[in-house]
Amino acid sequence: MDDVQEQQTGQDTAATGATVPAVPAAPGGEVSSAPTGSAPASAAKAASRAVADAEGPPKMYRRRSGRVVAGVAGGLADHLGVRVVWVRAAFAVLAAFGGMGLVAYGLLWVFAPQQSRDEPGTTESPRERQQAFGLLALGIGLTVVGGAITGLFQGWVGLPLAVVMVGIAVVWREADESQRRRWRQGARSGVAGAVLGDRRWSAFVRVLAGVALVTTGIGVIVLRGSNFDQMQFALISVLATLVGVAVLTVPFWLRMVRDLGEERRARIRTEERAEIAAHLHDSVLQTLALIQKQAESPREVARLARGQERELRGWLYGPSGYGQPATSDLQESRGSLAQGIAAACGEVEDTFAISVQHVVVGEAELDEPLAALVQAAREAIVNAAKHAGVEEVSVYAEVEPTAVTVFVRDRGKGFDPEAVPGDRHGLADSIRGRMERNGGTCRLRTSPGEGTEVQLEMPRKVNVKTAQGAT
Amino acid sequence: MTDSQQPREPVSVFLVDDHALFRAGVRAELESITEEVRVVGEAGSVAEAVAGIGRARPQVVLLDVHMPDGGGAEVLRRLRPELPDVVFLALSVSDAAEDVIAVIRAGARGYVTKTISSKELVRAIVRVADGDAVFSPRLAGFVLDAFADRPGSEPISDPELDLLTPRERDVLRLLARGYAYKEIASELFISVKTVETHVSSVLRKTQLSNRYELSRWASDRRLV
Repeated sequence: MDDVQEQQTGQDTAATGATVPAVPAAPGGEVSSAPTGSAPASAAKAASRAVADAEGPPKMYRRRSGRVVAGVAGGLADHLGVRVVWVRAAFAVLAAFGGMGLVAYGLLWVFAPQQSRDEPGTTESPRERQQAFGLLALGIGLTVVGGAITGLFQGWVGLPLAVVMVGIAVVWREADESQRRRWRQGARSGVAGAVLGDRRWSAFVRVLAGVALVTTGIGVIVLRGSNFDQMQFALISVLATLVGVAVLTVPFWLRMVRDLGEERRARIRTEERAEIAAHLHDSVLQTLALIQKQAESPREVARLARGQERELRGWLYGPSGYGQPATSDLQESRGSLAQGIAAACGEVEDTFAISVQHVVVGEAELDEPLAALVQAAREAIVNAAKHAGVEEVSVYAEVEPTAVTVFVRDRGKGFDPEAVPGDRHGLADSIRGRMERNGGTCRLRTSPGEGTEVQLEMPRKVNVKTAQGAT
Repeated sequence: MTDSQQPREPVSVFLVDDHALFRAGVRAELESITEEVRVVGEAGSVAEAVAGIGRARPQVVLLDVHMPDGGGAEVLRRLRPELPDVVFLALSVSDAAEDVIAVIRAGARGYVTKTISSKELVRAIVRVADGDAVFSPRLAGFVLDAFADRPGSEPISDPELDLLTPRERDVLRLLARGYAYKEIASELFISVKTVETHVSSVLRKTQLSNRYELSRWASDRRLV
């Protein structure tokens, strides 16, 4: 049953492909329409968009790229799945009937939204562009001729009307431009920005010129045949009316500006909230769920809680965390000593389910000896976690001008260094050996019952001094 | 001396934290493990705290750093001038340097994190009640860091306040390494009383010094 339907739709597509030379999925259609330029691609895009806007009928969008005036013809062609040249020709022909083509074009310009930035742009061949300009000229010509024949434009109305049209086109195009600019820059300008983009002077001049053209055209049409006094009077009354309207609508404009700002702030807040919610969900909620499952094992619960606490703390207060300004002066290269120590402590906390308190004073960039120092410290913490039998280990690292010292201390069992069997090489190799290979020293303070403290010291290279100062 | 076992009046404690659950937990723990401390009241907001502490007159206030309406620093600012005898011990989940330094500079006598064990919390309360300062290892680390001599740091205007003595530095280092006062005393061959004096002196410098790092942390929180 399903198969049959599948075939049915397949045939349908093939049929459409044959009538409209478009859909590339249809084998028959593809062959016949292959040489006709960009039409198949655009039709396919229209089809895919129709699928995307599954709710309601597919919407028409004006083309963003590859347009001549406002992308209306291109958009309509995409929407209908026909070649753009036919649409343009239709507009041109319609223009002959009392300028209907122009009016239709204008209405579509106003009411059809521009394709958004995310859509892939359409490219047009130079030949198509040439055709487009030709058809545009033809449309204008036909309008004038048609107007002259039908006597729609008596006398010299035609010229001012044309001036008005050009003015309107200029301003509207600028509005499209500014919208595109805002897409590029991520929408953060106000009302002025909505009209002028980013208050660029060229845009301002263009809008002003458009307004001047429209005003002149309308003025000429209205005042034609009147004498100078009447004109003056009319101008003054128009100005007075405009001022009156402006004053009356001030609250409205103010509210619009405020609403815009309010809306933008609300959007930023929502995004912020969404980010926090997402983070809390990924981290805290997951951990809480795990903790509920592990409720019988206090050790595991403590381990989970500690790991989660460290992660959240890092996110809130850490150098690259949520609460910090975006630009951090921490060097990115190999990480810092503090980061290295924190990472080592966190690792041991997670592995051995103990708590490792670490304090780092001063800051230094991790070079090779310091990386070895961190490794040695990690080894010492692991030893404490394994053998001391305590829940807490303290780590203290201090960066001094000439050396970096690290202390790893527990209050556990302690041991007699003389009595350590020779085959246990944790301390000898991984700590002492590592330190000495890099020019550092390792001292040990312990005795049974007194806890253990491993003291590590690594001399610093003199030229690393500059890396201080970040906390 | 705090380690003496002779019976004494329990220290009256007031809890300020905006999480009721946390207050209940601390109160239960304190009351179950020791006779040395008695909880005399609690508050969940800055306004409640200001009113409640004025009424209850506790010896020690356990103060949460993060609360709506300005947090612990705001409580300190409002109450310190009126009640100079009440001692504040900051208790917080935050380990951020700004928070720690800010609340110390606002007048708290110590700073401990909420993960502290109940036994240590009691010890800290008794210690601040006796007029000493309580430095967690992390706070000691921050203070050392803030007083460190850096190549680019500002010139010292008041050596009395802006520099730590070598001894104070030693004491802070050992504190940061997790040593208890008694251990520090035996390590440095001084008495516990002397250790306490050094720590109090460091606290005073932390509160009063105008060193750039300190005032920067404080002014980030608009305390100065």
